This record gives sequence, structure tokens and C-alpha cells, in this order.
Amino acid sequence: MAHRFESVQQVREGLKDVNYLADDGIAGVAFLADRLGKPVLVEGPAGTGKTQLAKSIAEVTGARLIRLQCYEGLDESKALYEWNYKKQLLRIQADKNSDSWTEVHDDIFSDEFLLTRPLLEAISADDPVVLLIDEVDRVEVETEALLLEILSEYQVSIPELGTITAKQIPLVFLTSNNTRELSEALKRRCLYLHVDYPQMDREKEIVLTKVPGVSDNLADQIARIVRSIRQLDLKKAPSVSETIDWARTLVLLGIEHIDAEKAKETLHILLKYQTDIAKAAKELSVDK
Amino acid sequence: MLDLLAGFVTELRNAGLPVSLTENLDAMEAVQHIPIEDRDAFKYALGATLVKNNSHWRAFETVFEVYFSLRGPEYNLVEGDGDLDEMWREMQEQMRQGDGKGTQGGSMDSLTPEEIAQLLMQALMNGDQAMMRALARQAVQRFAGMEPGRPVGGTYYLYRTLRNLDLEGMLEKLMEASKQQVGGELTDLEERLERDEYNDRIEQFKQEIEAEIRRRLVADRGAEAMAKTLRKPLPEDVEFMHASRDEMQNLKKALQPLTRKLAARLARKRRHGRKGPLDFRNTVRHSLSYGGVPAEPKFKYPRPAKPELMVVADISGSVAAFARFTLMLVYAIQGSFSKVRSFVFIDGIDEVTDYFKGEEDIANAIHRVNTEADVVWVDGHSDYGHAFEVFWERYGKDVGPKTTVLLLGDARNNYHASQAWVVKEMRHKARHVYWLNPEPKSYWNTGDSIVGDYGTHTDGVYECRNLRQLEGFVEKLA
Repeated sequence: MAHRFESVQQVREGLKDVNYLADDGIAGVAFLADRLGKPVLVEGPAGTGKTQLAKSIAEVTGARLIRLQCYEGLDESKALYEWNYKKQLLRIQADKNSDSWTEVHDDIFSDEFLLTRPLLEAISADDPVVLLIDEVDRVEVETEALLLEILSEYQVSIPELGTITAKQIPLVFLTSNNTRELSEALKRRCLYLHVDYPQMDREKEIVLTKVPGVSDNLADQIARIVRSIRQLDLKKAPSVSETIDWARTLVLLGIEHIDAEKAKETLHILLKYQTDIAKAAKELSVDK
Repeated sequence: MLDLLAGFVTELRNAGLPVSLTENLDAMEAVQHIPIEDRDAFKYALGATLVKNNSHWRAFETVFEVYFSLRGPEYNLVEGDGDLDEMWREMQEQMRQGDGKGTQGGSMDSLTPEEIAQLLMQALMNGDQAMMRALARQAVQRFAGMEPGRPVGGTYYLYRTLRNLDLEGMLEKLMEASKQQVGGELTDLEERLERDEYNDRIEQFKQEIEAEIRRRLVADRGAEAMAKTLRKPLPEDVEFMHASRDEMQNLKKALQPLTRKLAARLARKRRHGRKGPLDFRNTVRHSLSYGGVPAEPKFKYPRPAKPELMVVADISGSVAAFARFTLMLVYAIQGSFSKVRSFVFIDGIDEVTDYFKGEEDIANAIHRVNTEADVVWVDGHSDYGHAFEVFWERYGKDVGPKTTVLLLGDARNNYHASQAWVVKEMRHKARHVYWLNPEPKSYWNTGDSIVGDYGTHTDGVYECRNLRQLEGFVEKLA
């Protein structure tokens, strides 16, 4: 099978072209995922670009993104496939007299009556796809087992139809916010990537690419202030998306140089808890 | 290569990381696609296949450093790699011109300590990575005084090197310098940012030094021996009673995601209990969408009562850390309990529930507990007997059939009277009484420990030496 990427460098540059700044770890793992044909489990705090990574990879490779949003109570019929009962009923009723039973029986369990759900769709697609299984930690441990076959063999077994094997191996990304420990079986099948808050330099780059009209000087200040805030002991440290929001706000307000006063006024965009805001404001202004 | 990887994986397992056979095979395959010369990419490739838990990353990194630090061209131990030397000469050139001195000699060995400090300051000022690395190397070579075959740990050399560099003073000097650069006073915000920036760089420099020392030690002793001495317990296996300050910090960091996970798990467990009896009203209501046919039966879900919790903790020196962690954990998941009350004692006892009320920051509350609670009665040495007696007298009436009482401590009673009857009474009235002991089981009932006296009257005494055991217990409890 042809590989999507030639080198780690190429992954990184490709991602940069679509405004996603990857670090060594991210680019390296994406490259490996392609080479080894293995799914990637992406973990990390909220708002660090886990979902965006899958989207960007899809954009770079020109593949279609198929997304499965996980939630509690997700089951086979929502994730894999379902029989179209209504259509099956209609079929049976339509020619009640003509066909023999066996014919109808064979007929109503064919592709025509199968409703594909994201997982099956990703497997049976002819065009290149990227499968994103979002927030996989939200499903119950038992439901995780649903994913195992597709993740290791890239196939789906449907009792009535047999096994459907992938025509091409899709790139699979699973994201997790780490609200619970995922099962060993799932982890074992995946490459693991932990996406953390970016280094200051990278954060500055991100702000520069994502926020139009921001000056180099301002971006630098933003990145430095955010880093200082992250070092505090907060309930929820500001995420990258919040940094970007903050930068946008500052640009909109026409602020070119952040001083303590202005920082304090706009802190609520960066931090979402009152205690955090108070703490950060205190740390930033009266630090003697 | 295969041998090296095999050794590496074995060492990871020794360090406590669960590496399965398939993961091992994946790693073998992965490294075929990534050249070992690209050390960072190589590290991430191994990490992605072998480490599936972020809290294990540090342990992984350490082992990686030990096994692979001697490989790759830019990490050669042999002096004379072109780039660095080149830079040295340039720097020295500048120095000489600046000072107007005519020192001869191409290598940096000829620099005086003052000159090194000067260079270091410049490197830190400009955030010059390559320069910092070179300086770290030089500093170790010069100050650490490493001798082959000397059985001393890396920390000793680290200490010696850092002592000679005076990085604390460096920070102040840097701040001064940057003030001069701007020409005038910095605002508070700017000052704070500058300070963080320099702190970060100095931290980086320290890490360079550490890496350098490690590299030299590995060269001297071999990877396996080195890995053994560096082996540290994973955060969840660190013992509360013997944690160093550094480990304490890591523990705190590990506690936060853990409580979140625990809370989510408990909420889920509560919701997904067995199905209860048929909910007739609900079933009829839903039957309307099927034209009156009760096609979808609805059931009443049992709502188990949340337990009421009373935590009684010894906060005397030896077990204070343990009490702190347990309180933190309990309050972080207080949603899983209908009510949490907490008491602390040394030889006197005090209720501290109020400290946690209306306080969003648990760490803050804990701090207040440690400083404000009135827990000393006579001499400030643990007296479980007296503390329990007073507890029973004052709060005994609040213990009811819904209450679960947690007693925390090592039961080292300084040979006072045990008053174990209180615990017996307690068990009589309360739903459960548990005792959590941070000491290893083999120490129980030795010396002045009388955990056995109390233990016979409780529903169970549990050894809680590390986060893993504590988590296991709390999950069972709620």
C-alpha cells in the first residue's frame, strides 16, 4: 500500500500548511500511524487541539473525515450498523405473494437494507478516509469492546452478512480527555500520543498563525503571560483555544501592549473560575 | 539494535511500566521507520508504542536517557565536535575583544570561573541553547570532579556542580541586567514575566547539567547499572511517609486527574446499578407514542443512599502527609457522599469541616487545617486515646446508622492508654468503621503502635502506603 507521508518532516510541513503547528511528538506519531497502520490514541487536557489534529490530517491527506462522537449509552446500532427495519417490513409486505420465503429472507438481509454508521462507513469507504472517534472515554468499558475488532483488524463482522474487511486502511484517531482509565485491550492496539500545553515558542507561533492582525510583539507577550499563568496552581489552566480567544479579543480591542490593568480586565476570557481569576490577577499585579 | 531494545524494554518493566509483548513488537517495527540518529523522533516513536499512560512518561524518559544518550553524533562524549568548538572560539574571540585581554589557548579549559559565569549569563540572557549545552558540559567537567569507578550517586555530582555556579545569584543578576537594558523600572507585570522567563532558562540549564552527568556516569558504569540506581517508583507507588519534596509535588499533580477519574467512575457506578421494579407510570406515559401499546417497559432505577462520611485524622508529624492526601481525595470527590465531616487531632481534637466549606481551593483549606486547627492538648505528641475520648464525648451523638467513620493514622500512641472502647462503641452505632494505616503491614503492632487494639473493633484495617492503595480503598467505600 502506498504511504501517505514520506518523512516526519513532510507531516510537519503539511500540517503547517493547513495552520496546524505540530511538535516533534505529534508529527512523529502521525507518521508512524501511517507506516504501521495503527490507530492513534490522543490524550491530553481539553482544548489542546486533539480533535483538530485529526481534522488537519484529513485536510492534508485530502481524505474525508468520518467522525464518531462518543457518549454514554452509545451502542452498536449507533456506532457500527443497523438494519433498516422499516424498509425490511415494506419489502416483505410489497410482494407478499410472489416470492418464496427463502428468497425474501435472503433478500432483506442484504446491503440494501443495511444502514451504515460511522465505523462501518469508514471501513467500507472506497475513497481515503480519516476516522475520528471523539472522546472515547465517555463510553462504558463494555462498549469499548465494540471498537476492538475494527481497530486491530480493520474489519466488521455482521452475523447476517459475514465479515466486511476494509478496502484501504484508514487513519484512525481516538481522543480522550482522560476522565477514566481506558482498558488495556484498547490501549494495546493503539499508538499513544499525549498532547500537552505547548511550549512558549510554539504557542506564540500558534497565536501568530491563528489570529489575523496580531503583531509579533503582542503574540510574544500573550504567550509569556499565559505561560506564567499556567505555572500557578489553578483549577483549570488556560488551554490553547482560550489563548487564541484571548488574543482575538486583544486584537479586537486594539490593544498593542498588555499591562497589568488590561490583563486583569480581560482575564475572564482566559480563565473560567472566579477563584482562578482572582488568583491570577493577584499574582500578575502585586508580585513583589 | 535488537539487543539494545530488549534491554531497554526489560528495564522499563523493572521500573514498573506495564509493557506487553505486542507493544514490544510494535516498538521493534516502529524503529525500522525512524532513524536512530534523529533522537527526538526516535524517542517519541518508542514512547508512542511503549508508554500508554502519561504519568509514566518521566520514568520512560529517564530510562531512555540512560540507554540511548550515548548514541547519535551530537551526543558523542569525545571532544571535538565541530559546531560547538567553532562557537567556542567565536565566543572567546568576542570576550577577548571586549576585555582587551590576550589570553591564548583555543579550548575553554583556560577560562577562569568568572569568565564562565559571564558566558553563562550571556547564554541565559539570549536563550542560546547550544551555548547552554556547551557550558553545561564544561561546568560538569570542571566542577563535578567525577572520578571513574567512584561509587557516588549522580546527585552528589549535581550538587557539587551547582554549588560552584550559584544559579540563585544568577537569577538576580539577570533581572538587574534586563532592567538596565530597558533603561528604567519594569512594571510589576513585566518583571514577573522576565523572572519566569529566566527561571525557565535556568531550569533548562540545570537539566542539561543533569543529563551531562548522567551521560558521563553511563559511560563509566554501563547502562544497566545506571538504570538500576536511577529507578524511582512511579507516582502512584510513592509512599506517603517517605516522599521527598519533589515526589510530593508529583503526587499532588497525580492526585488531580485521579480524583476526576474516581468521581466519574463512582457516578457511573451509581447510575448503572441493577434495574429495579417496573415503573408503571413511566411505562404508560411512554406507551402513548406507540398508540397505547406498552412496547417499551420502563424500570425504576434504585437510588442507593450516599454514605455520610466522618474522617478522623491524625495530623502529627509522621503521618501528616498521609492525612493531607486522604483529606484532599475525600473532599475532591465529596459529591459522592451526602455529607463529609472532618476532624483532626494530635492529642487534642478539633473539627475542621468549616475550613472546607465555601472554599473552592482544597489546598488552601488544608493549609488552614495545618495552621489554625486547635489540636494540641498537652505536649503535642500523638495521643489517640484522649483524642478519641473527646471525639466521642463531643460528636458521638452525631454518629448514626448512615455514618461511615474513617480513622487515619499509624496508631503510634506514645504508650498512652488506648481507650479502644470508643472505637467499639463507634462501630456499634455507625454503619462502618475503617482504619487506614500508612505504615507497611510489617511495622504494625511493633514499638508503640497499637493498631491491633483498635483494629479488632473496626470493620477493617487497610494499609494505605501509596496513592494506588488509597484510590482502591476510596472506590470501595463510596
